[in-house]
Amino acid sequence: MSEPPNEGMRRRQFLTLAVKGGGVAALGILGGKVFIERLAGVPEDARVTASGQPRSWVMVIDLDRCDGCGVCTTACRTQHNVPVGQEWIKVYQVSDPEGTSYFLPRPCMHCENAPCVAVCPVGATYVRKDGLVLIDHNRCIGCRYCMAACPFNARYFNWDGAPELTPEEQAIYSPEYPVVHRRGTVEKCVFCAHRADKGQLPACVEACPMKAIFFGDAREDAVSNGREVWRLSQVLRERGGFRFKEELGTKPRVFYLPPEGS
Amino acid sequence: MDPRREQETDALLAPVARWTPRFIVFVAALGAIVAWGAYAYSVQLQQGLVVTGMRDTVSWGLYISNFVFFIGISHVGALMSAILRLTKAEWRRPVTRMAEAITVCSLFVAASMPIIDLGRPDRLLNVILYGRIQSAVLWDFLSISTYLVGSLLFFYLFLIPDLATLRDRLTAVGRMRRWLYRKLSLGWTGAPEQRRRLGRSIGILTILILPIAISVHTVVSWIFAMTLRVGWNSTIFGPYFVAGALFSGVASVLMAMALFTHFYKLERWITPLHFRNLAYLLLLLDIVYIYFTLNEYLTVSYKSEGTEAALLASLYGGPFSGIFWTIQLGGLVIPAFLLAFRRTRTTLGIVVAATLVNATMWLKRYLIVVSTLATPQMPVGWGSYWPTWVEWSITGGAFAGFVLLFALLSRLVPIVSVWETQEAREPPEGAAEELPAAEAGA
Repeated sequence: MSEPPNEGMRRRQFLTLAVKGGGVAALGILGGKVFIERLAGVPEDARVTASGQPRSWVMVIDLDRCDGCGVCTTACRTQHNVPVGQEWIKVYQVSDPEGTSYFLPRPCMHCENAPCVAVCPVGATYVRKDGLVLIDHNRCIGCRYCMAACPFNARYFNWDGAPELTPEEQAIYSPEYPVVHRRGTVEKCVFCAHRADKGQLPACVEACPMKAIFFGDAREDAVSNGREVWRLSQVLRERGGFRFKEELGTKPRVFYLPPEGS
Repeated sequence: MDPRREQETDALLAPVARWTPRFIVFVAALGAIVAWGAYAYSVQLQQGLVVTGMRDTVSWGLYISNFVFFIGISHVGALMSAILRLTKAEWRRPVTRMAEAITVCSLFVAASMPIIDLGRPDRLLNVILYGRIQSAVLWDFLSISTYLVGSLLFFYLFLIPDLATLRDRLTAVGRMRRWLYRKLSLGWTGAPEQRRRLGRSIGILTILILPIAISVHTVVSWIFAMTLRVGWNSTIFGPYFVAGALFSGVASVLMAMALFTHFYKLERWITPLHFRNLAYLLLLLDIVYIYFTLNEYLTVSYKSEGTEAALLASLYGGPFSGIFWTIQLGGLVIPAFLLAFRRTRTTLGIVVAATLVNATMWLKRYLIVVSTLATPQMPVGWGSYWPTWVEWSITGGAFAGFVLLFALLSRLVPIVSVWETQEAREPPEGAAEELPAAEAGA
């Protein structure tokens, strides 16, 4: 029922094209170059494979292994200095009507057809070529429309805190590495973009004592938890991998392997 | 000049000509509430949105509810007034200006609400610098600013002949106001060429304002309907919101009519006939709104799909049931009875119905915003939201600000259009129906 993200023309690209055509009239009002750049998406230096193609990052979470210990949440908090009250990867306990109970870790799904990216009025949240959904905190106006639009409650708001970064903090800040935080902007899991760019696994993947979280490149059809390497298509097929709320059509980049016996 | 007409003009200009001490006290009281709201906002600016009751689950609250409410009542000026003008309903003459003034005043309040809701109001300019036309927020930004300009023009064009009367007659008021009347009346003398031009502009704008007004509330509803959330993910939200907007808008005009008639002694012009005619319109809109409500809830209830069923259960018998049934009974059923029977369709009964409609339509907006956000999307409990004193204060300030703007406007220009009222009785010779009257002998 699920397959690795397909790289053909996506709905979003199609919509972008359609809007480009229809939006010509509005161009005059909003004026200019910046607007066209927005429509085309933020230009990014492509994080590429050996053959020069951009990566297509995905995560696989084995629910059969997850014991709900919450170490991933803590590791993420340490890695990103996550503000109090936010859990960029949050572990939910799910009880099925049949009586089975399991844990469901929820990072940002980095949807291919991301509702949050669609609704952002200023392009503060955007999709990188390798599929990561990031937030530019220098631009976010804090309208929280993305939070209303996210079907996974993956986004958090800095309700308090200092409104501006110090120059030192601003120097280390990047949308890939949101380790410093300012009031009035929206935050979420970034799939540890700064680590992925260096070829490292996300902090939650490395920290998970059950080795339940896998990360990798769908284009290479491989995911790893740091100890094992799995063939993505094969494990999804054999284990009955699924995506949360598949029916909404947001095409999450996070796949789940169901707990055994459920 | 005809002494009867002279006397009528004086009577209609009386509230503008002299500001009573009672009015000054009223303005001061409203000003104090607005100032308190401004103080609450300054606290929010200093400490951040943490001072509100909003949190990550219910991330929108009173501010967005107020926004939808005020955009709603702003519809009446354009829609009701333009439709009554286009259909040449003669009885409209003393009430259209009130409706148009409601539009202008409520739009200013409405537009401020999403800005107050922003986490970073200091970056508002980003909406223009980096605006993305794919976002419904941009659609709102464009349509509301267009509507604001359009409705200001709409209000202003019908005002020009009266401004000239004010310029000529109110020689005793302050220099500032004399200057204002002189500048804004654009040298109006009522010459045939001036009347021809005004008539044409009015004709064009009366038609143009209709699609703009409809687009505004449609687009506001799309903020919600463009998301994948239960309760918002609805195809009828556009017309549902437009109907609701007109419903609460007409109720607002009725409330304004009652208040102005009482305080400005307008019984000669605003008669039980006006209340009755608008009551019929309110009843019609009530029935339309019941129809939409039935469409919205019956179709979803019948299927009772997963989370939809959870939201419905919370509305019908759960935490939101008190608000939900108050709206259905107090805002739809009781007003319908009050308006339908001749015994209760008195001016008092009509005003009571209008007040009920407006109060519950505010609740309805609150319910739309909050109940959907509180409905769990993940395997957790319901989100909770309780507005804080900051949000209540800003909301109080918003309502006081609306009344204040409206009251001040009614003391700056006559709230009943003098020239339009008189034109009905004595159309100028050779002038088309819509054209302003020449000041005979002036």
